[in-house]
Amino acid sequence: MSQPTRFRARGLTKRYGKIEVLHGIDLEVGAGEIHALLGANGAGKSTLVKIIAGLIRPDLGLMELADQAYAPNGKQQSESAGVQIVQQELSLIPNLSIAENIFFTKLPSRFGWVRYRALHRDAAIALKRFGLHDLDPRTPTSTLGVGQQQMIEIAAALNQDCRLLILDEPTAALTATETDHLFTWLGELRQQGVSMIYISHRLEEISRLADRISVMRDGRMIGTYQASELTKQQTIDLISGTPEEASADKPAFEQADPQTASVKPFTSYAQANPLMSVEGLCGSKIQDVHLTLHRGERLGIAGLVGSGRTELLRAIFGADRCTNGSITVGKVRRQLGFQHPKQAVDAGIAMITEDRKHDGLLLSQSVQSNLSLASLKHRFSRFGLIKRQHERLSGSQIQQQLQIKSAGLEQSVNTLSGGNQQKVVVGKWITHQPEIYLFDEPTRGIDVGVRNRLYDLFESLAQQGRGLVIVSSDLQELMETCDRIAVMNAGRLMSVFTRGQWSEEQLLQASFDASASSDETAVEGQA
Amino acid sequence: MKRKTFLSGLLEYGGLVLVLVLLVSVFSLATDHFLQWQRLQIIANQMPVPIMVAVGMTFVLIIGGIDLSVGSLVALSSAMFGLVITNWGGNVWMAVPLCILVGTLCGLINGAISVAFRIPAFIVTLGMLELARGATKVATDSRSIYLGKTVEGLDAPLPWLGLSPAILLALATVIIGQLVLTRTVFGRYCIAIGTNEETVRMSGVSTKPYRIAVFAGSGFLCALAGWAYVAKHQTVDPNAATGIELAAIAACVIGGTSLMGGRGNVVCTFIGVVIISVLQSGLAQMGVPDAGKQMITGLVIIVAALIDVIRIRLTGGKTQ
Repeated sequence: MSQPTRFRARGLTKRYGKIEVLHGIDLEVGAGEIHALLGANGAGKSTLVKIIAGLIRPDLGLMELADQAYAPNGKQQSESAGVQIVQQELSLIPNLSIAENIFFTKLPSRFGWVRYRALHRDAAIALKRFGLHDLDPRTPTSTLGVGQQQMIEIAAALNQDCRLLILDEPTAALTATETDHLFTWLGELRQQGVSMIYISHRLEEISRLADRISVMRDGRMIGTYQASELTKQQTIDLISGTPEEASADKPAFEQADPQTASVKPFTSYAQANPLMSVEGLCGSKIQDVHLTLHRGERLGIAGLVGSGRTELLRAIFGADRCTNGSITVGKVRRQLGFQHPKQAVDAGIAMITEDRKHDGLLLSQSVQSNLSLASLKHRFSRFGLIKRQHERLSGSQIQQQLQIKSAGLEQSVNTLSGGNQQKVVVGKWITHQPEIYLFDEPTRGIDVGVRNRLYDLFESLAQQGRGLVIVSSDLQELMETCDRIAVMNAGRLMSVFTRGQWSEEQLLQASFDASASSDETAVEGQA
Repeated sequence: MKRKTFLSGLLEYGGLVLVLVLLVSVFSLATDHFLQWQRLQIIANQMPVPIMVAVGMTFVLIIGGIDLSVGSLVALSSAMFGLVITNWGGNVWMAVPLCILVGTLCGLINGAISVAFRIPAFIVTLGMLELARGATKVATDSRSIYLGKTVEGLDAPLPWLGLSPAILLALATVIIGQLVLTRTVFGRYCIAIGTNEETVRMSGVSTKPYRIAVFAGSGFLCALAGWAYVAKHQTVDPNAATGIELAAIAACVIGGTSLMGGRGNVVCTFIGVVIISVLQSGLAQMGVPDAGKQMITGLVIIVAALIDVIRIRLTGGKTQ
């Protein structure tokens, strides 16, 4: 690359508590370059671009923008330096017009009154510049399609002085034509000398668009490569880490977390008789999913963020509507699955949700109230009256079993640490004693000690003959704890790997490979 | 363990009781005859209607709702009571069931519509406020109707106590309300729904029936209050209990109920009602004009909310 360097980062490091999520990242982006950033879930891409966009601050490391020191504190500072980020979630204000959204931070005004004529004129010019001639700047953004909204979002970002544009999965919500449109447009921007950092899981896009590719893994920068020199297979190898590299990687990783060093031998408790079978389940973001969960089995579900893993669990649990398919638990077959989580719970299913603050906990209530919430009716009441001694006895048993650290059962949950909060969520379901547990990212943001305790719990639940479905972005975790691992890709359950027949590389390949969807890989794995 | 519950109990009720004691002592020093059994009896006998309405309101606020229609429901159910007696020649024992049926039904409609169509309770009950008040005026032809001594039963003071059965009924609703809130699955679910409805749903509980039931319960308590109103005034008044929704909400807030839902206590609400009543009649006895009474009551509400926020900060909880 002959262009001068537009952006440079040296040794960016970020810690959350004791956990270091970025280990000294170096990155260079040239002027007028589209620089792709690749990596598996949790590799640290999002954290890195958030640091560059000034949304979070690094603990260590330096950044330069156009050969000047750059240390933004907040989005305003990064924007005035010419760095714009377009994140996955759209941030347009739906009831305001296109023009108002584009110029939101600098509406033309006189004495506080918005000068709408000038606003609409400027907005029309801006839209024309981005090839969006046919849009009326007065249209409220809520009436636009997702693709158009995404374009407006990028237009709004570029309307400011923009030298470095960060795009986090901009095509996730776009149709093929919209994607083509966006790419032409990004090409033009490159011509104009705008530098771009482009995050995507779609490797075909990367090879079409990117000049250079940087690959991250486990919070480290693996390397930067010319896009033209990498084949798709090589890229996947880099993302997953080839065997040699992986083993070279390992000691460093284990140094960071000494307690993961001793991997326990795996014992399978899976039995032959099925506990639950899902047939042809369709719903929002999931398509034609077949899977069978056996007694005592731990079934992992891998896949990229957005591949429909959470949606699958929610559909099974009756939290989202299914449009087709059936779920059989025990001998009862239910067309279209469960209509409400209540039915799923009554059938013996529990779901430990990903976002415990949003739908797992009653934050301002006591540990006790949270633990008994799912079991009040069945276990702790008679004629609607709560059997308080019974409830308290079970509460303290669960507290002891899971070692929930709190000053008594009456302490409110929002004063507990994240790990202990997670134990409370798990404890809520252990109290209920279901047959089937659906875990959605059970160890996210949790320290090693609690994580290992959860792994032990998985094992003892399996030993008791319960069935577990575990969704995780941490492949290592799934490979350590599961009997089988199914991989989801774009809403479909692609392939099922049995213990001993998998490698991290194969799992990642199945997660990334869009073409594999046509293979119709056999999905009903044998336990 | 015992001491701890006693301490937390003191924290919960102590502040309110302190305020009440302070008010009573100020008024007894400032006026001549405040702290007399007779005087307190009079105050107590005025309270049944606001107490019963406020008990229902506490539950509504706890699930994160609001019920603006309570005043109109009191009026409508008391009008039904009157109709049975005057137009249809019935007696009290025929009037009471109809009165209660009407109030409960209106509450049920409030809850069912707001839950089924996901319309904020504020809007639905605002509509019901107008609707039920209008219906009351139709039923009474917009005139006060005198019913006669026969309906006094609930309000006639018991000779051995000096208090009316109505206030005893109101106290019973406080005690039962508090027991339901703290000892039953229903009460626990109400608090949970107000704290985070999605968590409750994802814990396998269907929340809709509970939310509807709470509004129906509020309507039921309004109907009881309507009965107490008729007994006290022996009159059906189309403008009865106007504005009582705000007094009830004020009592709940003084008692520490959160308007965001998830937190509340029926006994504290009761003390809130008592504080407002004592304040009103004490100020009246001191000769403070109505305008002054209004201003001071308003001030007390704001100060109570402030104290509550500070208390929560001190005990380490979080407010929205």
